[in-house]
Amino acid sequence: MKLLDFFKRGGSAPVARERLQVLLAYERNNRNQPDLVAVLREEIIAVIAKHVQINQDDVKITMDRGATTSTLEIDIHIPNAGIKASAAI
Amino acid sequence: MGKVVVVTSGKGGVGKTTSTAALGAVLAQSGKKVVLIDFDVGLRNLDLVMGAERRVVFDLVNVTQGQAKLSQALIRDKRVESLFLLPASQTRDKDALTEEGVASVINTLREKFDYVLCDSPAGIERGAQLAMRFADEAVIVTNPEVSSVRDSDRIIGLLDSKTLKAEQGETVTKHVLVTRYDAGRAARGEMLSIADVLEILSVPLLGIIPENQGVLRASNVGSPVTLDEPTNAAARAYADAARRLQGDDVPMVTPVEKKGLLNRLLGRRVA
Repeated sequence: MKLLDFFKRGGSAPVARERLQVLLAYERNNRNQPDLVAVLREEIIAVIAKHVQINQDDVKITMDRGATTSTLEIDIHIPNAGIKASAAI
Repeated sequence: MGKVVVVTSGKGGVGKTTSTAALGAVLAQSGKKVVLIDFDVGLRNLDLVMGAERRVVFDLVNVTQGQAKLSQALIRDKRVESLFLLPASQTRDKDALTEEGVASVINTLREKFDYVLCDSPAGIERGAQLAMRFADEAVIVTNPEVSSVRDSDRIIGLLDSKTLKAEQGETVTKHVLVTRYDAGRAARGEMLSIADVLEILSVPLLGIIPENQGVLRASNVGSPVTLDEPTNAAARAYADAARRLQGDDVPMVTPVEKKGLLNRLLGRRVA
């Protein structure tokens, strides 16, 4: 197997070239846009804060970039006291 | 009015300082008045590569802050009469530079010199942005290697958005200078080829500097390679690049692998 690999091993430059092309296409598209996650985070916090008291540090937003779809994960810890206080209003 | 050219790359260690010294020396030898400015405040090295490290009295920060006159800080090269160096400060940090201070220094130098070459620090932060801020042209030094090409692409984005020219709706003329090119490895598909780099970056090519032992020898003795060993392959490639920078039409020669005598006699080809 190792010996076969040795003979089959062509140059790695085509791999480098392809990886760069894919990466740079993505980076160029995103270069002049504001950080999407930061914008989302700010607006999501604003919406939640209208209704419940939350600590900004308890809001975790992550984005996983996949090949065809990406996942936006929002994890917010709301203290029970915050919900009660808001519900009373 | 002289031309302001920034030598930049994003990534460190690709040859910005070596290239600034080599290009500047050839331009000066051809009769142009040239000044090299080291923008790497805190980590200056252009003085060392130029062999002027013991002659530094005042620096760029002193001049921008009014502690010294420009004429006091400029160091005249001992080999080429029309070549000058404005060193960076070694003791201050890069926040010591202000945009107004840099603007004033560059505007004064541009009146007196044909070429103002700005040796950028690595990175994309303030220091690098100030080095490119007032540039008319940019030499983007790139190694045929993924991280260097990626960083060059990032720098191209900054040249198109953060420079004074870009903000005024004009463009900084960009050139790619490929350094440390190994013809043999490129031929074997082990290294990105010149065509690959140019296609990815879509910026015209200024020159191809082959990997060459003379470059290290020259920096060891504190001389631009173009003055130390003018006949060596890297020096000749720098000389051609400098002529292209002046607008001359010099045919581009892609370095080819040197074959050993035995291989040549046997007519062997590298697969």
